[in-house]
Amino acid sequence: MSLWRTFKTAWEGLTLNKGRSFLTTLGVIIGVGAVIVMMAVSAGAEAEIADQINALGANLIMVMPSFSRAGFGPGMSASARRMPGLSYDDLIAIANNVTGINGVSAEQTTMQNVKAGDTVLEDISILGTTSGFPDVREYKVAVGRFLTGTDNDQARKVAVLGSDIAQELFGNPNAAIGQTIKIGSVQFTVVGVMAPKGVVGNTDYDNRVYIPITVVFKKFVNERFGGDRVRTIYVSAESKDVMNSVMSQVTNVLVKQHGVDPASPDFTLTTQDSVIAARASTTATFRNLLAWVAGVSLVVGGIGIMNIMLVSVTERTREIGLRQALGARPRDVQLQFLLEAVMLSLIGGLVGVLAGVGGSYVFNAVGTMRTALVPASIPLAFVAAAAVGIFFGYYPATKAAQLDPIEALRHE
Amino acid sequence: MTEQLIETTNLTKVYGTGSVAVQALRNVNLQVKRGEFVAIMGPSGSGKSTLMNILGCLDRPTSGTYVLDGEDVSHLSRNELARVRNRKIGFVFQSYNLLPRLTAVKNVMLPLLYNSHNHLSDKECYERAVAALEAVGLGDRLHHRPNELSGGQQQRVAIARALINNPSIILADEPTGNLDTQASEEIVALLHQLHDQGATIVMVTHEPGFADHAERVIHLLDGQIAAEKLNGTRKRRGKI
Ligand SMILES: Nc1ncnc2c1ncn2[C@@H]1O[C@H](COP(=O)(O)OP(=O)(O)O)[C@@H](O)[C@H]1O
Ligand SMILES: [Mg+2]
Repeated sequence: MSLWRTFKTAWEGLTLNKGRSFLTTLGVIIGVGAVIVMMAVSAGAEAEIADQINALGANLIMVMPSFSRAGFGPGMSASARRMPGLSYDDLIAIANNVTGINGVSAEQTTMQNVKAGDTVLEDISILGTTSGFPDVREYKVAVGRFLTGTDNDQARKVAVLGSDIAQELFGNPNAAIGQTIKIGSVQFTVVGVMAPKGVVGNTDYDNRVYIPITVVFKKFVNERFGGDRVRTIYVSAESKDVMNSVMSQVTNVLVKQHGVDPASPDFTLTTQDSVIAARASTTATFRNLLAWVAGVSLVVGGIGIMNIMLVSVTERTREIGLRQALGARPRDVQLQFLLEAVMLSLIGGLVGVLAGVGGSYVFNAVGTMRTALVPASIPLAFVAAAAVGIFFGYYPATKAAQLDPIEALRHE
Repeated sequence: MTEQLIETTNLTKVYGTGSVAVQALRNVNLQVKRGEFVAIMGPSGSGKSTLMNILGCLDRPTSGTYVLDGEDVSHLSRNELARVRNRKIGFVFQSYNLLPRLTAVKNVMLPLLYNSHNHLSDKECYERAVAALEAVGLGDRLHHRPNELSGGQQQRVAIARALINNPSIILADEPTGNLDTQASEEIVALLHQLHDQGATIVMVTHEPGFADHAERVIHLLDGQIAAEKLNGTRKRRGKI
């Protein structure tokens, strides 16, 4: 029999028991759906990492204090007995002595109420930072100017507003310039408004107020928590090629600043690669879970299909005997039942693709996990479904083909 | 082309082995000429169906040879037997064996679909099936399913299906076994009509009246040919 006619015959066989056929495909539906969601989750995670790179700026080096080192014993030099951690002076030293960098910035956050006239915005994130921040973060000023080195050196009470804050307090960015606002109990003059950047990673750039880090130290940080200590210094290298050079320069500068042994410095340098690796490992966990679900469901679905095909072969033994009597060769019978199994799993695959695409959108919408549908996952899902149909349909189809025509006709 | 369409030599069929072995056929030597109408009679269990199944290439003999249309088919592979069944044999069963979900015309088309050498389009297959159904007097029942047809009509559909590939021989194993007297007579009349048109037919029957119309009647007993009646005269054969 020709392939097309066998195909039609198989389709007729399939529609004999529509309800049962559909139930059988449930495992394949779940398996294929999981494949689609799994790939969408991976792609979503990659997109998120790419965003994070954008958010932090490319070629970023993060300098953080390492407190684990013993460094305050009586035998230590005077310079080594200074306050632990990193300071604003360290940042200036890096900015002045390291070549091949776009900018250096440090950050210190505080939550305060912001007031302008009668409008009060509660619990706004106030970011104390330095002039290098826009360069490091690839973030643009819309109106006015950003904080300058002088602002920090003199601890001027000036503020730059995120675009949403400017909108809420003054209606439009231009109106904000030169206005006075109150952060906590301190008065500031607005000198600039940033361009909209949106939410990147976990940071809502537009809903923050940027002020000199030195002002945060003086006015908002409790002495007990370290005075002018900064948690992180961000150094943006000009290109990937100079990363190593910049890192060793930064190390040299800080070793000199802190007067520590270069073999056991009291700070660590981290690049984005390690941050990204940490993030990737969490999504990998979820993805592996889905891969398990997909694999197990496809196998369970395949066994279901095999089971229902075996039942079908038994139920239709007489039909098989008759077809053989009329001239069906063993392989005609085999192909007929194999195609039935494959069609069954492909129908499951189709429903599974719809479920997977829908599921990916729901994941995204509900916000539990960012997903990005991978177009290639759809043909891949169909290939997986077809493979399941062929693999698990082979045994029942071969069993049907091996029936003896006389015995099959005598069945029942 | 030889005159004999069927020629068996010492055809033997044994079911089972050892103490439970059943000798269903013992050294059957049977010849059927082209265009002949042969009736096979015999008590239940005498081996009639076993013989018909081997003649129909549905089964293979334990020993002996079977030459059909000049080709020794006793030891063909399963694929080759399927081809012979498709092209050379039209089998009519006692229980019709129509596929219940298919209409009459689709049932009749089935053997054409398994004949990959005729290269007929779907439309040509359909037209041939319609012609075959018209030939057996069912031109007005093309799209009825088996459960919408009487027993006699179902057997006519089965005969149309047996004819569709222009087989060398029609083998009918008790074709009237499930039918009432009138329907039985109609079916036998139809077979006679096909015989008159040149078909070679071997029919198993229990009705002496039907057998009398055949050119030759073969009596089976315990898997052996016990007697042969030719053109109305009984010709005794000694037991082997
Ligand atoms: N598949 C089988 N297995 C074992 N014995 C069988 C089988 N088919 C037929 N027989 C035996 O072979 C003998 C002939 O059977 P069969 O050809 O069906 O007889 P008939 O058609 O003349 O009634 C019987 O004794 C029957 O029991
Ligand atoms: Mg019988």
